[in-house]
Amino acid sequence: MKAMLAAVVLLLATAACGADEPGAADDGATLTLWTRAATESVSKAYADTYNAGHRNKIEVTAYPNEEYPAKLASAAGAKSLPDLFAADVVFAPQYAAQGLWADVSDQFKSLPFKDSVAPSHVRAGTWEGHNYAVPHTIDLSVLLYNKDLYTKAGLDPEKPPRTLREFAEHARKIDQLGGDVNGTYFGGNCGGCVEFTLWPSVWAAGGEVLDDDGRSARVDSPEMAEVFALYRELYDQGAASPASKGEAGPTWLGALQGGKVGIAPGPSVWLDAIEEKGVKTGIAPIPGINGGESTFVGGDAIGIGATSSKAQQAWDFLAWTMSDEAQVEVIAKRKGVPVRTDLASNKYSSADPRLVTANGLVAKGKTPYARNFNATFNDPQGPWLTTVRGALFGNASAALLAGNEAITKSLRQE
Amino acid sequence: MRRRAISGALYVTPAAVLVGLFFVVPLLLVGWMSLHRWPLLGKPRFSAPANYTAIGGNALLSDAAWFTLKYTVLITVLLFALAFGLALLVQNRRPGVGFFRTAFFLPMAVGFASASLLFLGLLSEEIGPVPLSGDSPALGSAVLLVLWRFAGFNMLILLTGLQAIPLDVYEAARIDGATRWQMFSRITVPLMRPTIALVLTMMITGSLLAFDQFWILTRGGPDNSTTSLVMVIYREAFVRLDLGSAAGISVVLLAGLAVVSSLQFAVLRRRTA
Repeated sequence: MKAMLAAVVLLLATAACGADEPGAADDGATLTLWTRAATESVSKAYADTYNAGHRNKIEVTAYPNEEYPAKLASAAGAKSLPDLFAADVVFAPQYAAQGLWADVSDQFKSLPFKDSVAPSHVRAGTWEGHNYAVPHTIDLSVLLYNKDLYTKAGLDPEKPPRTLREFAEHARKIDQLGGDVNGTYFGGNCGGCVEFTLWPSVWAAGGEVLDDDGRSARVDSPEMAEVFALYRELYDQGAASPASKGEAGPTWLGALQGGKVGIAPGPSVWLDAIEEKGVKTGIAPIPGINGGESTFVGGDAIGIGATSSKAQQAWDFLAWTMSDEAQVEVIAKRKGVPVRTDLASNKYSSADPRLVTANGLVAKGKTPYARNFNATFNDPQGPWLTTVRGALFGNASAALLAGNEAITKSLRQE
Repeated sequence: MRRRAISGALYVTPAAVLVGLFFVVPLLLVGWMSLHRWPLLGKPRFSAPANYTAIGGNALLSDAAWFTLKYTVLITVLLFALAFGLALLVQNRRPGVGFFRTAFFLPMAVGFASASLLFLGLLSEEIGPVPLSGDSPALGSAVLLVLWRFAGFNMLILLTGLQAIPLDVYEAARIDGATRWQMFSRITVPLMRPTIALVLTMMITGSLLAFDQFWILTRGGPDNSTTSLVMVIYREAFVRLDLGSAAGISVVLLAGLAVVSSLQFAVLRRRTA
């Protein structure tokens, strides 16, 4: 009894010492974390596991996807950013350039596994050589196909297309099943959806959409034109659902969950959501016109709010989210893609070969980098959506030529 | 006398403080911001008149200005005709008229954003009972929403104007043998002039500042065909994160609104004075 009491006293003393140590990283601070609705479940899973094993407490607040950037901007203007906030990884260069995240270069460089943290995400969170954000979740664009419709159309459900032309053939064949079945589906009124799903085909063919600094567009390249032409043909022939033209994003997942679409490019994280509705789904890499494969490495990056006074505690959480424990027991366990390339094959992924396909793509894919990415490509009023609409439903060559100029101008706007 | 002046000043102080705090100060701040390159965090840098000269080169803005003008004309004509028509219908006390007055005014009790979401749901191809497909209904659905939501409110204002006209004026006209049309055009309209001026000013400023309905219903699409001026200001501030540029456009829009409103009052008030 006496020994136990002594042990308890000793334990309390050590704990107290730990807390007294100036600026201890896990000192029981309460940290606020903001995220968008699309990422909420992952952020909460990280937070719950972290909270269970640490004295710090992470409180997650999620905002609707469309309203989230405005929420962040007004919080920054009022100098009341949360301690931590995640954002769509393509927005990261802009937030880093605007100084919305605190500089974490030194802490990041001291991580033992820093070289295997998803390189394209790390680059997105870098501005003028300094690190401001680290990967939070990874979402890849892949081909999602309906295995039952494949069988019905006389196609082999274990042989997904290896080229984009083959993808179009499969889509046409499935479309011939008739009724309310459509060959394919895409977000034709959604800039973000189109860049996420069409750019990998350009990359797979060796083309580029943006230069390295994100200051010049190359959407007038033959590779981009070929990809647009293929989707345009599918739409004109009726093999793509007529709703593709008006799809602005919100009902995209619903269309795939309906089980009436043969094969469509989309986010890898939707696999579970689609199968939950009883649609047997296969995954394949997005190919180029004549072969090759690539992916858009999307998802969210996370950093420490520049106005936070708890930067040290916040980094304790960030470093933990990238640890083996978090990446395997939180991310891989819920069928997510680990943010570390050295954990691509783990005890959970080996159980589902589709996950190995997805995880293996991270190294082949890209995350485009541009400070003005959101204003140029994702915002519905940006020049990219006008270009996309022209290329798919209007005068294609004129749209790509004029679009390239408008996009470059927007990318360079100070 | 002096005491009266002091107590008078005290009476207006609360209102003056409120107006100063929530109107004059923000207005001056917007003017000040428009002269600077103003990032979200960090120090603003003086850059006048860059935010104003950039307005000329903003193609999206000129398209939006043109669309907003067209929308304003459309809404003002339709909404005024509808509201005035409703007001004339329910002008006189008759059995059951209270029910119709309430029914016409009721949509006003629904918040504008909620009403927009309601229409979005009603017209959705996926879940709506009245699905509209294709591109054309974007502007039409927004106009329908605004008419439904605001006709009753404008009817109420016009109704108070109608009821302020003394009945003996109509009686005298009737004795003199005036037709219904003559009574409407020679008595009702001239005596309603101040009320009409008020309603038209509210409709025009409201339409020039349109945002919610397009933001929620159409997101400015398809192909930027329903992007209003305020949506461009929003884009400058919250997408491009350039608060100075947003402030510059706001100042120009404010000046435009002030000109339109003063012209309107000058024209509509001329003959009543």
